[in-house]
Amino acid sequence: MTKMTMIEAINFTLRKEMERDNRVICLGEDIGKNGGVFRATDGLQALFGEKRVVDTPIAESAIVGTAVGMAARGLRPVAEIQFLGFIYEAMDQMAAQASRIRFRSAGTLTAPMVVRSPFGGGVRTPELHSDSLEGLFLHSPGMKVVMPSSPYDAKGLLAASIRDNDPVLFLEPMKLYRAFKEEVPEEDYLLEIGKANVLKEGEDLTVITYGPTVPLVKTVVEQFEKQEGLSIEIIDLRTIAPLDEDTIIASVQKTGRAVIVHEAVKTGGPGAEISALINEKALFHLSAPIIRVTGFDTPYPVPSVEDDWLPNAARISQGIHEVLSH
Amino acid sequence: MWIEPNERIVNQVQILDESGSIIGTNPDIPDEDLIALYKWMVQARTFDQRALQLQRQGRIGTYAPMIGQEAAQIGSAYALEKRDWIYPSYREVAASLVHGVSMSNFFLYTMGNLQGGSSASVTNVFPVQIIIGAQCLHAVGGAWASKYNSENSVSVAYIGDGGTSQGDFHEALNFAGVYKLPVVFFVQNNQWAISVPRSKQTASDTIAQKAAAYGISGIQVDGNDVLAVYSTMKEALERAREGKPVLIEAVTYRQGPHTTADDPTKYRQNEEVEAWLDKDPLKRMKAFLLDRNLWNEELDQQEFEIANEKVSKAFEKASSSPTSKTSEVFDLVYEQKPKQLIEQQNSIVTEGALK
Repeated sequence: MTKMTMIEAINFTLRKEMERDNRVICLGEDIGKNGGVFRATDGLQALFGEKRVVDTPIAESAIVGTAVGMAARGLRPVAEIQFLGFIYEAMDQMAAQASRIRFRSAGTLTAPMVVRSPFGGGVRTPELHSDSLEGLFLHSPGMKVVMPSSPYDAKGLLAASIRDNDPVLFLEPMKLYRAFKEEVPEEDYLLEIGKANVLKEGEDLTVITYGPTVPLVKTVVEQFEKQEGLSIEIIDLRTIAPLDEDTIIASVQKTGRAVIVHEAVKTGGPGAEISALINEKALFHLSAPIIRVTGFDTPYPVPSVEDDWLPNAARISQGIHEVLSH
Repeated sequence: MWIEPNERIVNQVQILDESGSIIGTNPDIPDEDLIALYKWMVQARTFDQRALQLQRQGRIGTYAPMIGQEAAQIGSAYALEKRDWIYPSYREVAASLVHGVSMSNFFLYTMGNLQGGSSASVTNVFPVQIIIGAQCLHAVGGAWASKYNSENSVSVAYIGDGGTSQGDFHEALNFAGVYKLPVVFFVQNNQWAISVPRSKQTASDTIAQKAAAYGISGIQVDGNDVLAVYSTMKEALERAREGKPVLIEAVTYRQGPHTTADDPTKYRQNEEVEAWLDKDPLKRMKAFLLDRNLWNEELDQQEFEIANEKVSKAFEKASSSPTSKTSEVFDLVYEQKPKQLIEQQNSIVTEGALK
């Protein structure tokens, strides 16, 4: 066991997976000598050489598109998109190519590849550096979408993503990169993709969240329970495509109340999908409407106002209150 | 010093003129290959014409005819080794057949069968790409993988003149140049991107000259001259195997419509089509073979009959293949079906079943 930040866990996992499997290569902008703008790939080029840790020209479509070509021919590329807001440039290669090559080839070709990308707000970035665009890929059959909320999860989920035989979008909450350290086993372990983590069991209400908002939800819930004498369940989805329906439905059937928290904009976001799912499968267990605490339906705003735009402690508390008021 | 547009002089490689006489360097191609090249052209044209008829009869779906482009596709694909890969667009039936895709498999594709793209891993022909230019990046990635694994395999992206306007084309040439990958970009400049002429696609005099901007080699070849295409592709493959990517512009003409859903009389003049029919690739290769006493009219007629028979058999095979079942679509999304897909698969209600 070693204490690691999330970025250290990601770096460690990439190194371990590259040692383990010669087919794994990393490519992206500034990931080589510079080690990535967040240092996720720090030191990897020195260890594995320029053949396996490749600084690419600035061309997101080509980073993803060549990864598709490599993956279909036997490599296991791990591509980095420097910020998720830049992935629009690669939408065709993500949603129409990587996601569909298995289907198009009747299962004879696959794209075992990972696209890693930092995302999420709260770090005072210029425009299009903080957007949470995961919902776009929830709507792209063939792609898996995974997001860790802790160093431990980052290691187990990233290793599982690299070894998965389907394309995985691996989203790293950038405000959690160095937010805290925790014990991470150096030994090999995998966390199942498509399986949510019940962070804390509870009886009165379920908060469903993932990625960047998980630590905040934990803090808010802790305070809420102390003040109100309630018992609240927290689900960290870990994966939004495919969604872990069983865990969500079982929890809501038990608590009868649900709040969904994410930074992605509200309309058509993952929360809408989760809410519809609960509606289809657990409506008669509900005692109150499902509330979404999310980013607003505007472009991700400027740093001076982002704290109020994001699901902050006050907005999450308000959401919980509202659901409990019924 | 200013770099002026189009100051670069691009000389088109030609071996046969329109009448089939040698005008370039006489290529050292064995007679059996000369005959094989022509036979493939006969096969491809026959397939193309039959496919068009079958579509009109409602027996296959939308089809993108390649009539007029046989020399470009066959000359290039015939030069490949089996270990090389093709990354085709939707108009590459001739190149695909030469590299090993069966006609019946191509029929399955046009009939909307889920198995239409199933022969990729055995033929080294990537599934048909619909998004213009997207396959250029897959070819680069494939070339990258083969270089990584020292496989000595070249990846060839086939696109049209319209495809050279896409960002993916330019990103692909750029990556290929930077990483010195074994890849050939084979552009069939067939003059029309649906209804938009080549002159409105780019201000460059030639597509071949675009190679210079990416630090790779470029060449323009008469795309209706199968010998020129074959010889040029041979050289291109040698370069590519040494890690020198190549851009080839094969100047040709789309004699037919964009697809069976298109009416080209809306946007182009018949005189233009007529002028290009004089440059027809089969006509000139046949004349060349006749002149060399390697071919005669009887053989020619026979060959078209054989080709026709093969198409009939392929269509029968495709027609008698199992049709796709709706339930199968759920099996081709992920390696393991998530719960949602299992549930949706079990929920299929056949149209009319509830009446």
